[in-house]
Amino acid sequence: MATPGGTNRASHSLDKSITLPPDEIFRNLENAKRFAIDIGGSLTKLAYYSTVQHKVAKVRSFDHTAKAGVQEADGEPLYEISVQEEITARLHFIKFENTYIETCLDFIKDHLVNTETKVIKATGGGAYKFKDLIEKKLKLKVDKEDEMSCLIKGCNFVLKNIPHEAFVYAKHADSEFRFQNTRPDIFPYLLVNIGSGVSIVKVESEDKFERIGGSSIGGGTFWGLGALLTKTKRFDELLQLASKGQHTNVDMLVKDIYGGAYGSLGLTGDLIASSFGKSATADKEFSQEDMAKSLLHMISNDIGQLACLYARLHNLNRVYFGGFFIRGHPVTMHTITYSINFFTKGEVQALFLRHEGYLGAIGAFLKGAEEDNPNQYSWGENYAGSSGLMSVSPDLNPMQRARSGTFDMLEMDRLERQLVNLPLLQDPSSYIPDTVDLTEDALAREYWLYCFEEALDGVVKRAVASQKDQPEAAERAEKFRQKYRHKLQTLRHQPFAYGSLTVRSLLDTREHCLNEFNFPDPYSKIKQRENDMALKYYQKVVRSLEELSWEQRQFALVRGILAGNVFDWGAKAVSDVLESDPEFGFEQAKQQLQERPWLVDAYNQWVERLKGPPHKCALFFVDNSGMDIILGVFPFVRELLLRGTEVVLASNSGPALNDVTNSELQIVTERIAAMDPVIQTAVKEERLILVQSGSSSPCLDLSRLDKVLATVVRERGTDLVIIEGMGRAIHTNYYAMLSCESLKLAVIKNSWLAERLGGKIFSVVFKYEVPSKAQGLH
Amino acid sequence: MELNGYHCAGEGCAEAEDEDTAGPELLRPAGGEPPCSSAAAGSGEKAMADGPAHRERRISNSTPARQRLDSLKKSRPPFPWFGMDIGGTLVKLVYFEPKDITAEEEQEEVESLKSIRHYLTSHTAYGKTGIRDVHLELPDLILWGRKGSLHFIRFPTQELPAFLQMGRDKHFSSLHTTLCATGGGAYKFEADFRTMADLQLLKLDELDCLIKGVLYIDSVVARGPPECYYYENPTHPENCQQKAYNLENPYPLLLVNIGSGVSILAVYSKDNYKRVTGTSLGGGTFLGLCCLLTGCSTFEEALEMASRGESTRVDKLVRDIYGGDYERFGLPGWAVASSFGNMMCKEKRDSVSKEDLARATLVTITNNIGSITRMCALNENIERVVFVGNFLRVNTLSMKLLAYALDYWSKGQLKALFLRHEGYFGAVGALLELLNSS
Repeated sequence: MATPGGTNRASHSLDKSITLPPDEIFRNLENAKRFAIDIGGSLTKLAYYSTVQHKVAKVRSFDHTAKAGVQEADGEPLYEISVQEEITARLHFIKFENTYIETCLDFIKDHLVNTETKVIKATGGGAYKFKDLIEKKLKLKVDKEDEMSCLIKGCNFVLKNIPHEAFVYAKHADSEFRFQNTRPDIFPYLLVNIGSGVSIVKVESEDKFERIGGSSIGGGTFWGLGALLTKTKRFDELLQLASKGQHTNVDMLVKDIYGGAYGSLGLTGDLIASSFGKSATADKEFSQEDMAKSLLHMISNDIGQLACLYARLHNLNRVYFGGFFIRGHPVTMHTITYSINFFTKGEVQALFLRHEGYLGAIGAFLKGAEEDNPNQYSWGENYAGSSGLMSVSPDLNPMQRARSGTFDMLEMDRLERQLVNLPLLQDPSSYIPDTVDLTEDALAREYWLYCFEEALDGVVKRAVASQKDQPEAAERAEKFRQKYRHKLQTLRHQPFAYGSLTVRSLLDTREHCLNEFNFPDPYSKIKQRENDMALKYYQKVVRSLEELSWEQRQFALVRGILAGNVFDWGAKAVSDVLESDPEFGFEQAKQQLQERPWLVDAYNQWVERLKGPPHKCALFFVDNSGMDIILGVFPFVRELLLRGTEVVLASNSGPALNDVTNSELQIVTERIAAMDPVIQTAVKEERLILVQSGSSSPCLDLSRLDKVLATVVRERGTDLVIIEGMGRAIHTNYYAMLSCESLKLAVIKNSWLAERLGGKIFSVVFKYEVPSKAQGLH
Repeated sequence: MELNGYHCAGEGCAEAEDEDTAGPELLRPAGGEPPCSSAAAGSGEKAMADGPAHRERRISNSTPARQRLDSLKKSRPPFPWFGMDIGGTLVKLVYFEPKDITAEEEQEEVESLKSIRHYLTSHTAYGKTGIRDVHLELPDLILWGRKGSLHFIRFPTQELPAFLQMGRDKHFSSLHTTLCATGGGAYKFEADFRTMADLQLLKLDELDCLIKGVLYIDSVVARGPPECYYYENPTHPENCQQKAYNLENPYPLLLVNIGSGVSILAVYSKDNYKRVTGTSLGGGTFLGLCCLLTGCSTFEEALEMASRGESTRVDKLVRDIYGGDYERFGLPGWAVASSFGNMMCKEKRDSVSKEDLARATLVTITNNIGSITRMCALNENIERVVFVGNFLRVNTLSMKLLAYALDYWSKGQLKALFLRHEGYFGAVGALLELLNSS
């Protein structure tokens, strides 16, 4: 809703200084296609859709048919790597103060070259006010959209597409922000939008929502009454004032009336009986801080109470709060949370959104972009290009002023695949991929941030080495280093910036930053070399396995996977070894492994199971290239196939570290099939199939998997899930509960983590889980 | 009315007649008029409806009634009969003045008791701030077999020390009476009562007292203006007027007590109720904010200013934002979108009057109470809402606003009811406990 005030001459002259170079703010503007703008009382949110051209590494098999079997001898690689340009879609959202609007429009006008669009979707109370300015500057027709429907559309979009979008705020907890998992079904929910007034909206589906109530006591009341009572004019200043006040000097508490608690009703003495009740006695001066605090409590409590009454009446327990009253202000998030806890006795949690300020812009954009069907795709937050959640309070957030402070960005990449839950999750709504939440675990956070910072030099070196032919690679790599280091610094101060901080998010952020500077696959050559090398040993390994007794073979197969899993460039301890000793081999890796009993050892149960009937279909989430996939996984898979079990190999859609990608795996599989009739037949009969996971992460989020994978899993009646490697089975999914049998195996290649789990480096985790009958039924 | 657990005036008559036969010295009709006829004459629809049953009961119950009276005489507490409700802002005091005092009693009446009786009944104001609400006085009331007047007195809680001083000066403690008190102050000031005035308080739960008081007063008021009323045509200001409401079968009932703060109770029977919720935005908030915003210092002053102000200059209405109704959500243009919303803007802050601010404060607080009440009524599935508490005293603006808001937003489903003795029910309830105190 519109708030008056705004631009005057004096502020106009100040507007020209944007602290960040505009081209870092309005990224990819030259390719921008579609625009939307949401102008609120003080902030403008601009949204545009743009295409991003970036480099990707492609692998292509050489034509080996002509000289089959020869390449082993002459050492020619089995596939070639080429770097190609790829165009992907990206959504950009930029938030800035209204005073910058003219400067920003000028910049956009100057850089808008390729757009064919004729309109700009607009929402927010200020859209009307700036309509002429926008039309004049951009030569685009302003097309106004209803504020509330934009808000809801935007809210649905972020809830569906951004993991850890919603959070619970707990002021005095170890971590203030407790992020919620993305739920498979986001509906129904209640959205309480606290603008100048309050709107309470019940959202039942993508297109169905209803304003079930509201209140006139909202942000405008705080601001308006606050300005009258304190002579402080700005909303933020009023909040600052309030955070320093003592409401007990102004409010009449239960103990002021009772002398203590009103025990029989369970009302504690500190409860406010009458807001401003003490100011009714004349002849007394009250401090501005105290009055502001009392006002804040009065309004927050009132809104919280009404929200609870509506939630109860409509039987809803998910209540999201938004609007300028909330927007990132710890003070109001705290008072609203307090109120909700009080009135519902903890039954309902107050939820807030990381990108709450963008909802209107996102919604308006989606309304204008329906022909691009943005809702048909899955989108992912680009950590490299997004500012992340910033605390508004400068006390809380020393990084804020150092950064632009005025410009905030969100970028969403359109994912090539639509992502869904693994159908085999026991309870999708309670599934948490990550094993340790570094937002809450300060010790672990310290360690991992340090760890990633330490590893940065190596990653930079690797990136440069992967593009030796390109002279400017060093410069780009340096930019990458700066960007990622800055991210790590931000996360040190504000671990909550991108949702829960986890090892996975740290890894993913690194991948996003590498992509940002056109290092799509720094390990491509290493992977290629290692795949080549391993393929040479495949037949030998298989032959020696065949010589073993059944019992011995089963153990050797498991040890093979574990030994293969030692070859992990993502683990610093290992990459140091691999770097210094390129001849480090499969047998040596086996020597490193912990002897049984392992750290987690369910091997006996697994062997017992193997003596029983074969599994119908196994889904195998694979890990590294080279020894791991070829000498560890394939022999194991071969055994499963021989048992009569179908196998689905799930690998990454895009590159991450030395993890084998789907396209690499296809070539590797072809090569193995050419050598091994068991594999060849299985491929031909489609008893062995390869699918993409939909991910480009060294970790695994089972709630965001390629839709095709989910379909295959369902159709094949998958009854065994195997997850391999530290990233997928330890950092993530260690506690994941599946509705079928599962095997999680990994070698702990990090002594800190091993110690935490009660073991030493190269400890083995072999976790075999069978869901109990009751759980298996549904 | 038996349902409520109290005796109506009619029944009181019957007992008085019984008592007459038991001992004429107890009966001294006030004003020379037979109490029974006066009660009958003054009875409205309520007593009429109750007529036949009441007559029947009189015959069949004469013996048990006498027994009851005999036991009543024994257990009847000594005078003076007080009930007190010490709230956050106001102390409410009800005093039963016996008018059937015999010559013998008069002679025996100790000086301190007489002095208190004369002091209270011969004044309508006490000190600077104590007030007797003469218009609320219930004459010819029969309580525990005695006939007299029930007086309603209030003074600010901050004057309590002066009150205690007076109690000491008048040797109140020598009367060996129990002082039944409710409200938070009964707890907070218990020690003060003991040390300053040598008085022992019987502390009573304020919600118990409130409900008892409401049911009692509604049952005994048979003459004069109806105790319970509502506003007819609340959505048409020109046709809006008070109408009597028969609260004979009140359950279930939402009872909203607006004092300094607000308590909302769901009452299912005379001793089955729960506190649904409450809000700190109540009468104290209205007065507190008005004092800060306008410099006024009394409730009356604040109300008077509010009556002359215009809240639409302070509040931002739906039409201020959307130019008219916000049809998509069924919001009429006149509805307040943001209370005090216009005050975000400096020019508008400079252009409003203190009267406007007082009015906006009143409207904000009242609408909010209406809104929370309506949600509670929906959640509890109750259609009848009775508003009580001193916030409503001489506050027709708020009452009409509540009536309007409940009717409009519930599309006529909810009815706002009001009681004439709005703020005194807790004190009355406390007084009624006197009988159980000995």
